[in-house]
Amino acid sequence: MKSKNRINFYSLLEKITPLIAVIFALLVGAGVILIIGEDPIFVYKVLFSNALSNRDGWGNVLFRATPLIFTGLAVAFAFRCGLFNIGGEGQMYIGTFLATWVGFTFTNLHAFILIPLCILAAAAGGALWAAVPGILKAKTGVHEVIVTIMMNWIASSLTFFLVLKFKAPPTEAMVAAGVKQMIPHTRQIAEAARLPRIYHILKSLNIDFPSYNQVNISFFIAIAAAILVYYILWKTNLGYEIRAVGHSPLAAEYGGISVARNIILAMVISGALAGLVATNEVMGFKYRWRQELFTGYGFNGIAVALLGKNHPLGVVLAAILFGVLNYGGAIVNIFTGGRIPRELIMVLQAVIVIFVVISDEVVKRIIRKRRKIS
Amino acid sequence: MFGTIFNADFFASSIRIAIPLALAGLGGVFSEKSGVTNIGLEGMMLTGAFTSVAAANFSHNPWVGVFAAVLIGIVLGLIHAVTSITFKANQIVSGVAINLFASGITVFLSWLFFNETQIMAVTNLPIWGVPIPAQGETSGVIRSLIVIFLHHSPLVFITVIIFVLAHFTLFKTPFGLRLRSVGEYPEAADTMGVNVIKMRYIAVLASGALAGLAGSFLSLEQAHFFVKEISGGRGFIALAAMIFGKWTPIGTAGAALLFGFGEALSIRLQGILEIPVQFINMVPYLLAIFVLVSAIGRAIPPAADGIPYEKEVG
Repeated sequence: MKSKNRINFYSLLEKITPLIAVIFALLVGAGVILIIGEDPIFVYKVLFSNALSNRDGWGNVLFRATPLIFTGLAVAFAFRCGLFNIGGEGQMYIGTFLATWVGFTFTNLHAFILIPLCILAAAAGGALWAAVPGILKAKTGVHEVIVTIMMNWIASSLTFFLVLKFKAPPTEAMVAAGVKQMIPHTRQIAEAARLPRIYHILKSLNIDFPSYNQVNISFFIAIAAAILVYYILWKTNLGYEIRAVGHSPLAAEYGGISVARNIILAMVISGALAGLVATNEVMGFKYRWRQELFTGYGFNGIAVALLGKNHPLGVVLAAILFGVLNYGGAIVNIFTGGRIPRELIMVLQAVIVIFVVISDEVVKRIIRKRRKIS
Repeated sequence: MFGTIFNADFFASSIRIAIPLALAGLGGVFSEKSGVTNIGLEGMMLTGAFTSVAAANFSHNPWVGVFAAVLIGIVLGLIHAVTSITFKANQIVSGVAINLFASGITVFLSWLFFNETQIMAVTNLPIWGVPIPAQGETSGVIRSLIVIFLHHSPLVFITVIIFVLAHFTLFKTPFGLRLRSVGEYPEAADTMGVNVIKMRYIAVLASGALAGLAGSFLSLEQAHFFVKEISGGRGFIALAAMIFGKWTPIGTAGAALLFGFGEALSIRLQGILEIPVQFINMVPYLLAIFVLVSAIGRAIPPAADGIPYEKEVG
């Protein structure tokens, strides 16, 4: 009876390692804040209280968590097949651009057709971009990490070219003032391609919510994507095969599973998930394409997936934590008059990743040692 | 037209572009020869680039900048070594974390110390070598050779020396043999009394130092400034050069020169061909993918590359 309890304790310990890592990372962050001469308790208080103490804060957190859920799921899905998709960034650029293009080109379509079409375009663009490293890995064995990184830079250049090609005409005010667009962006997508904000729904339910809050329907699309990823991975044949390849490609091949086919499929689905960032940033927020909107989501998705232990539920929780840090970090930056740069949050996120990796290993060792003793 | 592209300045700039790729690529060679994948080269390079300009500006001495960049590379190498060798964590994850960390910390510190994300270098290394003779003073060939080979930043000459030493160390000394053995068959090396963990630590720290030096060249010598994400994927192109160079110093240097040539050519073509600059910018990355695909089958990584060493206890 006692030993059973002990096993439960260790399996619990294994599950909460990310939490331990987060606490350690926050301690390191406190050290950094101390070094630059600020008060860590005050900083963390501002960070968490603004993010979590009211509906506006929560809305902002979920708005910032949404793109990270997509990119986190993208990394986690590929990882289950043993692939490191570091190309979420590039896949996201291409997917979001394609969705924006559909949104401002087919302006006479009805919302019931245009919204799904935009979502489809977003997924297709990401899938297409991810297919290249997938096919190269499957057919020639080139490591996906380097190819996906190269594809990121190519996507960045390509979308920069495209955004100049489809640049929005200057507004009357800009013509009058004689200024040019500082950061090039495309025309706006059609009204029919836009996703409603949560504010509109809550208003019809008579719940008080600030109208300027940007959280939108895309959050629910992200949750649906997380459920779908769970379903595919653990309830379908495809998911079984993908996980088998991820576990041991040799054994999978021996068992009659096509490794090449599953690698390509896993990359394509992973890329499609990254492309869906368009639903939040383009269809639910800016209604146009601008590179700065997306920068970093792809890379932060890697941290989110690791922190979430590559499980859809973990990814959602990790993305929300990153949402809290990102939004709270921005508030801290304003509160301290810029004395604490918001990049502190980026450093924190990287430290979290390193601690997750280390604490995983430490816990594994503790468990192994205990097993040996018993 | 041919002469206007392929002149002495063109080849000299090819060499300069190749230097950071070669140095970081050599870092990759050391690390992977010992059995540790190092995706974190990019981040080590970026942090080195920042540290180099920051330290040079604070001390008004460019050599302090170079030294600081090497030092910070070693520190990041140590982090990679602790997580991936001692804690046996996934080496790619550890490398990715180092890259994330580098992107954050460099911008964070830029804001903190300089209040902007682009920092001009107030001092540079002197040019070493033979001064360029005036037009007509010597024959055109000699002048071209001086421009291409003998008129560079000290780091260019130091890089050449490092490569000669690296080749000699890896392939002609007992130390090199041990280093390669822990990357090929660590169990056997262990049995022979080679300290696998220690060898891998040395190799990863060396790779950090080289990546830091590469970053220093990038910001202090090539750009004369630091700007966020200045490394621009060069750490990964360096890995491609390493693979194309079959994990040898000489091969990596050759592949880095090929990339330098490609990038210099794409810069030259900008003014001549009517191609949008964004497509020209893609050239180094497309070249890297192409080179990787063509290297497959010929390039075989060290057998234990990427696998943490578990000492058998029995």
